[in-house]
Amino acid sequence: MQRNPQLNANGELQHLLSIEGLPREILLQILDTAESFVGVTERDIKKVPLLRGKSVFNLFFEPSTRTRTTFEIAAKRLSADVINLNIALSSQSKGESLLDTVANLSAMHADLFVVRHASSGAPFLIARAVKPHEHVINAGDGRHAHPTQGLLDLFTIRHYKKEFGGLTVAVVGDILHSRVARSLIHGLTTLGTPEVRVIGPQTLLPAGVESLGVRVFHDMRDGVQGADVIVMLRLQNERMSGALLPSAQEFFMKYGLTAEKLALAHPQAIVMHPGPMNRGVEIDSSVADGPHSVILPQVTFGIAVRMAVMSIVAGN
Amino acid sequence: MIALPDAESLLPRLAEELRARTPRDAAMIGLYTGGAWLAERLHASLGLPTPLGLMDIAFYRDDYHKEGLKHDPKRTRIPFDVEGRDVLLVDDVIYTGRTVRAAMNELFDFGRPRSISLVVLADRGGRQLPICAQHCGATVEIPEGMRLRLKRGDDARLKLELERAA
Repeated sequence: MQRNPQLNANGELQHLLSIEGLPREILLQILDTAESFVGVTERDIKKVPLLRGKSVFNLFFEPSTRTRTTFEIAAKRLSADVINLNIALSSQSKGESLLDTVANLSAMHADLFVVRHASSGAPFLIARAVKPHEHVINAGDGRHAHPTQGLLDLFTIRHYKKEFGGLTVAVVGDILHSRVARSLIHGLTTLGTPEVRVIGPQTLLPAGVESLGVRVFHDMRDGVQGADVIVMLRLQNERMSGALLPSAQEFFMKYGLTAEKLALAHPQAIVMHPGPMNRGVEIDSSVADGPHSVILPQVTFGIAVRMAVMSIVAGN
Repeated sequence: MIALPDAESLLPRLAEELRARTPRDAAMIGLYTGGAWLAERLHASLGLPTPLGLMDIAFYRDDYHKEGLKHDPKRTRIPFDVEGRDVLLVDDVIYTGRTVRAAMNELFDFGRPRSISLVVLADRGGRQLPICAQHCGATVEIPEGMRLRLKRGDDARLKLELERAA
C-alpha cells in the first residue's frame, strides 16, 4: 500500500495537504496544540521561539488576503522569517514551471512552503519534489482542499460546542466549487459528527455528494431545522454569471441565511463563514453581525491553528 | 536497586522550608506534568493568596529542532502579573537544567519578575547548564539512561518512579 503522502515513515505529519485521509489522532493533535497557542496569542508578547531561524515561504499563485496574512502572522509569532511571494505577478508569467520555482526557493534555504494554487493537486506535486527537511502546507488548491480553513472551522466548533458527538452541522451554499466545504466535511466525519447536512441547489452540489457521508437538502428551511452549527459558504461572483444560478437575489431568497431561517435552528446555534462574505447574497447583515455569529472568532482561531500546523510539520 | 525517597514525606518538609523563606506575596508556577502536581500541593499547603500558575514549556524547548512537538502541549496559564513579582518555579525533578532554562525564557515573555527561585522534589545531578535549585527535597544518584519521574496515583498520592529513558 502506498504511504499517505502527508505522513512520514513514523506516521507523523510531515506536510499538510488535505484533511481527507488524516487519522483522527493527528486532527486532535492539531486542535489540542492550537488550544495552547490560543494562550500565546492572548499574551502581551505574542511570540514563542519555536521556529527561530526557519524560513517560511508564502507561495500564493492565486490572490488571497486573509489566508496569506494569517499564515504570515502565525509564522511571525513562531519567530520564523517570512517571505511573501506573489507568484501570479512574477516567475509564472515569465514561463517558469511550478517545480522550477520551488527548486529555486529551496536553493534559498526554505524550510516551509505555504502554497495556494488554482490547480487542484499543486501542493501534492510540490510535496513530492521537496527535500526531506522541507515541508508543504496547502493553503487552498483549486476546488480540492483548504485544510487549515477546515481545521479552524473544526477548532471553532469544538470551542463553542465542546464535542462533535451529538452535533448536527449544516453546510449551506456553493458546495460544488468549495474546497472549504470538502475539507470541513472530511474533518467532521473523521471526528465523529453524527449528522452533517449539505444544503444547496442541485446545480451547486457535486454529483454523488452523499458518498461523503452527508444528508442532502434542497430546501433550506428543512435543512437548518435543529442545526447546532450553520456554515455559510461564499457564493463566488463568477458563478452567478453562468448558467448555474438565476440571480443573486433569488439565491438569497432561497439559500441566504436570514434571522427568520436561523430561528429554525437550535436556539444556541452558531453561524460560521470562511469569508469573504457577500452580505445580502448568502448571509443577511443582521445574522452576520448578530449574537449567533462566530465569524470573527474564526479568524482569530485561524492564527492559532496555523501556528499549530506549522510547528507540528516543521518539527517532524 | 536504587532506593528512592518517599515523595509524600518529602512534601511537608519542603513546604515547611518554603513557609519560612517565602514572602506572602510570592507567586508559584508549576511545570507540567509532575511539577504541576507538586505545585498544587505546595500552593495549597502554604496558602499563598496569589493563584497558582501552570506552565508547559513545549514552545520553548531547545531540542525542538531535533525532536519536534511530540506531545500535545498544555496551555500555559499565568493568572497574575509577573512584573516585579517573586516567583517560585516548581518542578518535580531537576536533571540537565534545560527545562528550567526554557521555563525562565517563557516566564520573561510574561514580564520581568523581581526574582525566580527553583523548587524541586528531587535533584538527580547531571546538570548541563549553570542552574541549581534553591529548595530541594532530596538528592538522589540516578544513572544516565534512567528517568526519574513523579507519578500521581488514583488516590492523588505522589510517588517518585524510575523508568528507562526512551
